[in-house]
Amino acid sequence: MKKRLLALSMAMIMAAGTLAGCTGDTAPASTTGGDEGGSTTTEATPTEKPVLDENVEVVDVSEEVEGKVLNIYCWNEEFKSRLTDHYPGYTEVDATHGKIGDIDVVWNITPSDDNAYQNNLDETLLKQDSAAADDKIDLFLVEADYALKYVDTDYTMPVTDLGISLSELSTQYKYTQDVMTSSDGKLKGVSWQGCPGVLIYNREAAKTVLGSDEPADVQAAVKDWDTYKATAADMKKAGYYMTATVNDTYRTFSNNVSVPWVSADKKVQVDDNIKRWVDDSKEMYDAGEIKSTENLWGDAWSSGFYPDGKVFCYFGPAWLINFCMAADTDGSIANQGGWGATEGPQGFFWGGTWICAANGTDNKATVADIMRKLTVDKDIMVDIVKKDDDFVNNQPAMEELAASDYTSAVFGGQNPLGMFAAGAKNISLDKISAYDQGCNEEFQNAMKDYFDGNADYDTALNKFYDAITTKYPALSK
Amino acid sequence: MKKKKSVVSYNKWGYIFLIPFAVVFVIFQLIPLVNTIKNSFFEHYRDGLTIIGPNWVGLKNYGKLFSEGNILKYFKNTMIMWIMGFVPQIIISLLFAAWFSDPSLRLKCQRFFKTVIYLPNLIMASAFSMLFFTLFSTVGPVNDILIKLGIIKEAYDFMAHTGSVRTLVALMNCLMWFGNTTILLLAGMMGIDTALFEAAEVDGATANQVFWKITLPILKPILIYVMVTSLIGGLQMFDVPQILTDGKGSPNNSATTLIMCLNNHLYSKNYGMGGALSVILFFITGVLSIIVFKFSGNEDKYGKA
Repeated sequence: MKKRLLALSMAMIMAAGTLAGCTGDTAPASTTGGDEGGSTTTEATPTEKPVLDENVEVVDVSEEVEGKVLNIYCWNEEFKSRLTDHYPGYTEVDATHGKIGDIDVVWNITPSDDNAYQNNLDETLLKQDSAAADDKIDLFLVEADYALKYVDTDYTMPVTDLGISLSELSTQYKYTQDVMTSSDGKLKGVSWQGCPGVLIYNREAAKTVLGSDEPADVQAAVKDWDTYKATAADMKKAGYYMTATVNDTYRTFSNNVSVPWVSADKKVQVDDNIKRWVDDSKEMYDAGEIKSTENLWGDAWSSGFYPDGKVFCYFGPAWLINFCMAADTDGSIANQGGWGATEGPQGFFWGGTWICAANGTDNKATVADIMRKLTVDKDIMVDIVKKDDDFVNNQPAMEELAASDYTSAVFGGQNPLGMFAAGAKNISLDKISAYDQGCNEEFQNAMKDYFDGNADYDTALNKFYDAITTKYPALSK
Repeated sequence: MKKKKSVVSYNKWGYIFLIPFAVVFVIFQLIPLVNTIKNSFFEHYRDGLTIIGPNWVGLKNYGKLFSEGNILKYFKNTMIMWIMGFVPQIIISLLFAAWFSDPSLRLKCQRFFKTVIYLPNLIMASAFSMLFFTLFSTVGPVNDILIKLGIIKEAYDFMAHTGSVRTLVALMNCLMWFGNTTILLLAGMMGIDTALFEAAEVDGATANQVFWKITLPILKPILIYVMVTSLIGGLQMFDVPQILTDGKGSPNNSATTLIMCLNNHLYSKNYGMGGALSVILFFITGVLSIIVFKFSGNEDKYGKA
């Protein structure tokens, strides 16, 4: 009995000890958590897009001592190949290491699937202050859908603090700078590409149904949404689907909204133009003019890359056509040069990658030089266009190339750059919010039930509100 | 006196041998458990890169779960998919176990078949789920075959209908676990004294009577064990529906399980809501287990009396 009591008391002491241990541990942690919450700049979702302050003082960094290691965070090989192929002085050591002069370049590549890239980046950024100089992130990449999440924080460094003056960046398209402008008017990142989208059409289908595959004639058949719908009906009669999925047209609607997804007081709002996408898509899907309700990147979506898929058009920017539409696979339409490009019913943009300097970097001059070389240097940028078929963020260079004899093989010899250049000038990003990525994804997910006939519009909408407030607890309906 | 001393020194060794377990248990189970319960009373999440909280909010997280969180719906989904998978699973397993353990059937290649039925369990659930996702997609082989055989005219979207998604999840769970259950039941059946069967045979009992009146009642503790473990596993159902529906629980959240909901809350590192949901799940599991045990315990008493 005595022994049992002893054992019991020991067990209790042990349990109590652990309890005390964890309260002791967590108390300071919670206070630091609170402090961090207080010290970071609050993310005010602006009702009006901030304007770039032209008079920000440019810091001279030429005297600063450079760190030994340049840590780059990104989600795929694209930026690495740009740096390897086009940045003078970069030599590759192995898959995750390189060298620029004496500086070791360390690549930390995390795929963006399931938000893994941002999760990893966020954890590292939150520890940025306490990390050793060689472990701090120096440079990282962001996409338009979540750029604001980083722009309005102290974790990104204004380019002027890197020694880059705004006048140096005058050749860039304005929208690429608008995205990265913080609410206090500072430019927090630059991009080497522009992502204006066009309507990419199947030339064979155009010939069969519309009688011509000339961009101007096709444009007449898709010039606005009503004409577009009429053409869809003709396509259906000829055995073609207008688009592969309902989500193909999504960006053309969501880029032309009158209110952002999230209002200044953090309420989620659905714009009339987004509602219009729902109505139009539902109507066309029910009429059998759209092939599937599946997500982009799925099997049904990519089936249209081949002639048997019987899909008339896709919506996308330069990177979609060159990297995603199976141009390297025998028998694909892109491989045979069977696509054409035209403006489509409305202008839009999709994607784009921006280079940000992380606050706390000890390689300011190197980061600045990478930014200058890849996003301003005309020769390098023209080289990117010629080698990689990308559309670069350099207005004069693109206009020059648009007028030149540059042709694109996937477009059967068409030069689409003029169209892209015109589109890039008109892109406006004043209706974006820090939560766009989640809003776009969850809205498309929720509406799939409506398109499939599993829910009415209101049920689907409630499901969206439910999902978005779960994903971003700061938001409310 | 001497005797007492030796007992005490043995005790010492007992405690020493317990240390590894105790340390592992405390670090990996007890502390997280206590922390989870603690977290459930705080508002603590990320808004972009800003950390909100932790602020004490009492039971607000629990209230929110029930008022806005659809938690009852997710619980219902989880249970429906578990039952849809468990009922066929236990029937098939019982049948197989009875066949394997019946010496009069003289089954050949028993070892081979026992290995084969256990194999699906060795595949990672996520890989298995991915495989089904590809097989049953609108442009996948199942639709191709059905169309070519002339059974259906147009591709059937398995992922867009509540019934088909739940059936697929249940089918996968059943396929993955029936081998495991068969082995467990088989072990139980082999443990039954063969004298009982022989006596029954001498008394002229049919095979059916032997199964229902002898095998099943003696097998009950094993059956209850199988049921409880499967129930707890079922409540924690996550990987199969998560991957089959690409994390969306579509259509219309009809395949969203409780743990998938928990996973959604952790997107913004929402420890408060995540903690509250975990605590509720802990209680549901506890209550269900107690019910199953109580139910079986009473019957045992009657059996013995």
